[in-house]
This record gives sequence, structure tokens and C-alpha cells, in this order.
Amino acid sequence: MKLPEGTGARTIPPAADRAGALSARGAAGAYAGEIRRSRTLVSETAFRRVLYLAGISVIVLLAAILASLFIWSMPAIARNGFGFLTGTVWDPVTARFGVLPFLAGTLMTSFLALLISLVFSLAVSIFLGEYFRKGIASSLVKTGVELLAGVPSVIYGFWALFFLVPIVRFVEMKTGVAPYGVGILSASLVLAIMIVPYSASLSREVIGLVPADLKEAAFSLGATRFEVVRKVVLPYARSGIIAGVLLSLGRALGETMAVTMVIGNSNTLPKDIFGPANTMASIIANEFSEATGAVYLASLIEIALVLFVVTAVINIVGKIVIVKMSVET
Amino acid sequence: MKNSLIFLVLAILSFTGTGLAAEQQELTGAGATFPYPLYSKMFDVYSKEYGVRVNYQAIGSGGGIRQLINKTVDFGGSDAVMGEEEARAAGAPVLHIPTCAGSVVITYDLPGNPEIRLSPDLLADIFSGKVKKWDDPRIAALNREVKLPGLPVTVVHRSDGSGTTKIFSDYLSKVSKEWKEKTGAGTSLNWPVGLGAKGNPGVAGLVKQTPGSLGYVELIYALQNKMAYGAIKNRRGFFVRPSLASTSAAMNVALPDDMKVSLTDTDALDGYPIAGLTWILVYREQAYQGRTEAKAREVVRLLRWMTHEGQKYAEPMQYAPLSKKAVEKADALIGSVTYNGRAILK
Amino acid sequence: MRERDLKRRMLFDRLFKGVVIVLASVCMLPMFLILFFILKNGISCINWEFLTSLPKPMGEAGGGISNALAGSLILILIACLISIPLGVLAGIYLSEYRKAGFTYFSRLSLEVLQGIPSIVIGIVAYVWIVVPMGAFSALSGGVALGIMMLPVIVMSTEETLKLIPDALKEASLALGVPYARTIMKVILPAGLSGIGTGVILGIARIGGETAPLLFTAFGSPFMGLYIFKPVSALPLVVFNYATSPYPSWHALAWGASFVLVVFILFLNILAKMVTRRWKAQF
Repeated sequence: MKLPEGTGARTIPPAADRAGALSARGAAGAYAGEIRRSRTLVSETAFRRVLYLAGISVIVLLAAILASLFIWSMPAIARNGFGFLTGTVWDPVTARFGVLPFLAGTLMTSFLALLISLVFSLAVSIFLGEYFRKGIASSLVKTGVELLAGVPSVIYGFWALFFLVPIVRFVEMKTGVAPYGVGILSASLVLAIMIVPYSASLSREVIGLVPADLKEAAFSLGATRFEVVRKVVLPYARSGIIAGVLLSLGRALGETMAVTMVIGNSNTLPKDIFGPANTMASIIANEFSEATGAVYLASLIEIALVLFVVTAVINIVGKIVIVKMSVET
Repeated sequence: MKNSLIFLVLAILSFTGTGLAAEQQELTGAGATFPYPLYSKMFDVYSKEYGVRVNYQAIGSGGGIRQLINKTVDFGGSDAVMGEEEARAAGAPVLHIPTCAGSVVITYDLPGNPEIRLSPDLLADIFSGKVKKWDDPRIAALNREVKLPGLPVTVVHRSDGSGTTKIFSDYLSKVSKEWKEKTGAGTSLNWPVGLGAKGNPGVAGLVKQTPGSLGYVELIYALQNKMAYGAIKNRRGFFVRPSLASTSAAMNVALPDDMKVSLTDTDALDGYPIAGLTWILVYREQAYQGRTEAKAREVVRLLRWMTHEGQKYAEPMQYAPLSKKAVEKADALIGSVTYNGRAILK
Repeated sequence: MRERDLKRRMLFDRLFKGVVIVLASVCMLPMFLILFFILKNGISCINWEFLTSLPKPMGEAGGGISNALAGSLILILIACLISIPLGVLAGIYLSEYRKAGFTYFSRLSLEVLQGIPSIVIGIVAYVWIVVPMGAFSALSGGVALGIMMLPVIVMSTEETLKLIPDALKEASLALGVPYARTIMKVILPAGLSGIGTGVILGIARIGGETAPLLFTAFGSPFMGLYIFKPVSALPLVVFNYATSPYPSWHALAWGASFVLVVFILFLNILAKMVTRRWKAQF
């Protein structure tokens, strides 16, 4: 192994230092060594302190974000109280703010998206984890899914506006529902496509980690591939799959741009999936830059706070599941 | 590696350096989408003629007011007069300088793009969700020559805080007591029904794509996109099509000194009933938050240009230029802009 | 009876495999559709004028995205300046002090930070920078993007450094190299590929973000690289033009989407190459 630069030559080994203390020249050498060693020690503690600071800074950053959100939403919390969470009216004119329509919109779109994406992400993860672990098909699908994750949200929204929405509008016209095109259905569809990579990648890893001997035992008993997957692999990978689902749920809850562009932007409680709605993220995007009035702005920031807490909780729960699962294996 | 880091830092600093030096030459504004086509043309011409760049972002009148109150922009654009609470939040007097007048037209997407007539109460009921289908007898009664389809009416309104909404809802409040009580007038409303879209362009875009939809936009947006728009019955009982002429006719009212006047439901014979002025909002006292006098002078110069030389760009875009009386009042307002108490324009 | 039973089970088995393949392929469909759409509509707008000229006033045809390209560049630069030094140091901390007191909380904070919706971060940047400064600026946009990039940098640094065998560090320390130097000049270079990949992927992540820029960078029709002024950005251009009713602006949005997607694809490929070329083998 090559010696890294800057080593050895300039620092005096301690042993020689002590021996040199006996002579005058040795004393000078010892003195010089002490300076160099103390300079070394100083820079080490300083460096370690810098590392500590960097490590703490992440915690401080998070705390500062939480604190800012809390402080700036105080006027709204004081004014709206708990009625905020159950109020169905969002009326800036009379300053009555209830977040239920957006909570409903968020939950409806996210869960519908989750349902739709679950089938596909399970299929992809079984495809990659069981049937095609290597080879061209595997790299094709793997790259495809990775690319899905890399496309920016605004481009998803743009594409959905020009491709998905007309299709949904066509279906709505045929079934006699009002042909909005935009609405919860479109938003859920595009969300589903966006979150597939998140659950798929985690599930795929876990499915791939199922011990071969477990599967081989099942095979030796005469089980078909399908039965092995159903009775051995999936139950074994269950917690990983759940964690993946939670992660993609967290992503769906906070998704803003694609949803804003196709959800129809209506501040009323959504009645069905064909109608327009708003999510917590999209109402903030729509109204933040113009919220006049302290309570209005603070109410929007209160929504941001709620969003922050909800996504944080879901992400933490997801991570706990992953940790528990890795401990079990 | 250290050297490249230093170089990088110096490069960044030089960027900011040029930024500070160029501070005088860029003005930031935000607000209404109503006049945005006109403003973007005006500011493009202004920057080419005078070298001063005006960066106007059309985020809606509500946004313009908010950012002016936050003092993050040099001026705001709004078709809505600042309300009491907003004026209080601003803390200092804000001048409303009119730049032109426009019309809020009712645009829709029907097969064949027929011309539809609507009356005030019908309009209020459509936007309240009471009239649900296009072949409703009340619409048919006013439009006997048009074959109305059985499509459901999809209302499209603004999702952002909008002066266009303010003008429209101000009109609806004047002609329908029920609307005034249930929904009222304002830049952001609790709409009973409908889809929301961002900005005038958003509403135009959504209406254009949704069959059977109906929304309100400024005239130029319907024209630029070749969309059909309706004739509305005015107070005198005539069905008036929105146009340059009918907008200018609507502006023929008594103008107060502060120019905070509504033009809706005009009494003029040939006036279009849903017209409105649009204003540029600036603080009367420009010495705030460390602003330089040079910057204040740039703002005033821009305002003068917009109300004088810039007016010639209004007509080709179907905006009504300011009447002579309006320009006089505007001049007086611009003349009252001060820096540290001293008027800027002498 | 056993025969029938067996046949049925084998049928299900084959059916299942078929279903899995079909579903997985359907998953690829949106990807191809999006790429196809963007390619078809966007490539026709890409020409020299598009890449080098400024946008035209509303409703007029033509115009370009030169200021959006410059704006995105400066936003990414600021985000990197903020997140890379801090992120790498924090990553070193996490890999060095694996069991220490608040390492656990650091990691937890990172997980939470990574999951914060981008629009919430935009609000925070507005409240921290735009309001006190009294102006929209590239700085606030860069800060928002930097906060989003930070967890990516920290985690990839930590993962990379964890993979480097302790023997390397111990050997360097045993030779008397000071701790700081060991880390900076021995360990970090060994992990360069992983850290570099993290940076590239971080940039790919924030390059397409729009929500945090809505109320920080604000947008601008002019060219400028000033960090204290509003600035345009590619994703902002896509958002504004896509939601307008003008076909000429839709075309611009397609072109900008094309550039954005090509950029992100390029970064992903670059990241893979960096891993393959520069990865130190132990």
C-alpha cells in the first residue's frame, strides 16, 4: 500500500523525542516536538469539535424548522383552536379556516394512489427479487423504475395534464359524470405512478434477502413457485414490504406540484373521486404567496406544520419497522 | 483544492458585487394577471428604451398586495382595492395608481362556439351551482337561436387570490343579494361550486379544455385563445358585448381623487357591466427599509411612463386606456409620492 | 385427482408468473410514455435560439430559456456550497462516532429531514430569508434546495465511509498522521467515488424541484446571476408555461422539460460511471 502523503517525515516519533531530551540538541528537538505535538493535538480537538458541530447541526436544523413553523402558525392556532382540524369551511373573506377539506383531499388521493401502486410495486419487486434477479430483463426493469423516481414532479404534472386528464375526461363523459378531467382520480393516478419506485425498491431488497434454504425447503416439498412466493417469501418479507408502503405513503402525502396541476383546486369537501379537491400541499402552493392578513398566512403555515408532523411520524414509523426487521434477521 | 475553493468563493462574490452595483436598474413587481399581457409588453418596451429592467411576476392581485405589505417588491399590481385589514397591515399609506381598464368576460366551451347572452341573476345562479345544465330553460329563454347541448355546466373559478375575482364578485354582490350574503366579494372566495385554476391563464386554459365549462377571465385572454364569450345584460337592460368601446364607456363615471373606484354595474347605456380598473400600488413614502432615492425615482419614472407614453400599448390589446380625467388624477397621485417627505417629481 | 390438482397448481403458477411480468411491464409504460411525449414535443423546439434567448412577452411566439438555465445553475451552485461542506463533515461525524450519544438523534433528524415535503421547506426558506431580507432572491431558493440536498450528501458520505475498512485509518494513525489529516487526506479520497455519487444524485434530486422555488426564487424574465435578486429556473418555467393557455408557451414548456429530463438522465448516468471508474477496491 502506498504511503499517503504528508505522513511520517514531519512528525517526530515519541520514542526519539524522549531520548533526545538528554542532550542540549535533544532538548531543542524535544521542545520542537512538543510544539508540533501540541499543534497536532490542538488541530485534532478542533477538528473533532468541528465534526461534533456538523453532527449537531442536523438536529439543530430540524429543530429550527419545527420551531419556525410553530411560531409562525401561533396566530392561527390561537384563533382557530381545535376547530381547525374539524372545520370544513375555508373562507378567507370571513377568516374562518378549517382544514378538513384538505385533509380529506390528501388522505383520499394518497390512499387511492397507494392502493393502485401496491399492485404494481409488488409485481415489480417480485419480478426483480424472485424471477429475474440478473440479466437484461432485470436491468431494464430496474433502470426503468429508477428513472421513474428521477423524473421531477412538475414534469409528471405537465405530462398528466396533457395525457392523463384528457383520458379521464373522456371516461367521465362516457360514464355520464361531469367531464372535469381534473380531480381526485387524475391526481391519484399520477401519484400512484410517482410512488411505485419507493415501495418497489425496498420490497425488492427484502424479497431478495429471503434465505435460499427456506425457499429450497419449500420447493423440495413440491411447492410451485407461486406457492413459495405466496406462503414463504411474502410472509417473510412482510415487514419490509410494509415499510416500503409506509415510505411511499409519506412521499404521496407531501407531493405538491403534480397534484396541484391536476387536482382541480376546489376548497370544498370532496364528494367523490371524480370531483375536484385540494390537498394540504396544493392549497399552500396555491394561496401562500398572496395570503393577506396575519391569520390567513398563519393558517397556511399551520397546515404546513400538520403536514410536517404527519409525514415525519409516518417516516419514523417506517424506519422503525425497517430496523426491527433487520434486527430480526 | 484549497486554491480552487478560494477561486470559487471569489467568483461568487464577484457575482454579488455586480448584483449590488446593478441594484438601481432593476425593479421588482408582483400581482395581477388581469393586466399581465399589457404589462409584460410595456415592461419589455420600457427596458429596451430606458435600460431599466422591470421584473413583474403575475401571481395574482392577492399576491401583489401581500408582497407589497411584506416589502419584498417595489410595487404591486392589483385589480382589487386594498381592504381595511390589508391597509392596516401595510402600516403606511399605499397609493392606487390606475393604469388601464379591462373587462371581465364570461367565457365558455360549447360546441360551435356560439354567442351566449346572460343576465345578472342567471350568472349569479350559475356560479352558485343552482343552474346545472346548459339546456336549462332559463339559459334557453335568453338564447332562442342557439342550440344548447345537454352538457353539465362546469364552473371554473380562480384558485389564487385574484383582483379579477374581486371585480367579478363585486358585480355579483351588486346584482344579487343572495350572492352578497352567501359568498360576498373578495379576492379569495369560498366558492360554492367549481374547479379552480391558477391565474387568468389557468382559467382560460381549463375552460378551453373542458367541454361545457364556463369561467371568467380578462378580455385579452379570451381573444388571444380564440374563445367564445358572452354578452351580459347591463343595468340599462341592454345586452352588451365586452369590447374596447364598452369598457371605455364603463369608465365614464365620477372619479374620486384616490382613484379607488369600482366600475361594475355601470349606469352607462353602452357600458359593459363587468369592467374594472387595474392599479399599481406603491407606498406614498418611498424611504422605507433602506431604499435609495435613486430607486424611488425609478419607480416614479416608470409610473409616469405607464400612464402616459405606455398608454398607447393598451388599445391594441383591447384594454381601455385611461380617460383624460383619469390621467389627471393619476398624475396628481404620482406627484404625491415622496422620499423623506419631499416630492420626487417636481 | 392428484393429476388434476397438480395441473391446477401448475396453471396458477404459470398464470402468476405471467401476471407479474405483465404488471411489471405496465409499470414501465408511463416511463416510456413520458419520455416519448417529451422527446416528441420537446425536441422540435430545441435550437440555438431557444437555448440562448430570453422569454418574450405574454402571447408572443418565440423566446427561449437562457435565463432559466442560468438561474438553475446558480441555484444549484448555492445549494452545493451550503450542503456539501456541512454534509460531508456530518457524514464523517456519523461514520466516526457510530455509537456516541447524539448520533442516534442525528440520524433520526436526517430521516425526518429527508421526508419533509419540499413545499414546507420552501415556506421555511421564505420565513428565514425572504422576509428579513425584504426581497426574493436566488439565495433563498438556494438555501431551500440546500436543505433538501443535505440529507442525501450526509447519508451517502456516511455509507461510503462505513465501507472503508478501519485498517486504513488505523494504519495512517499508527504512522503518526494527525487525525484531521488522516480523515481529510486518506479516508475521504478513498471514499471519493461514493461521495461524488451522492453529490451528483443530490443535484439530480434538487434540479427538478419546483415547490420550494415558488416563494423564494420567484422567477424572472431577465438574465442574471445575482444571488440577492429573483431568478428564473427550469422547473419554474415548465410550471408557468404548462398551466398557461398559449400553445406557443406549451411548446416552450416541452422544450424546457426536455432539457430538464436530459440533464437528470445525464446526471444519473454520470453517477453510475463515477461509481464504476473511481470506486476504490479494498
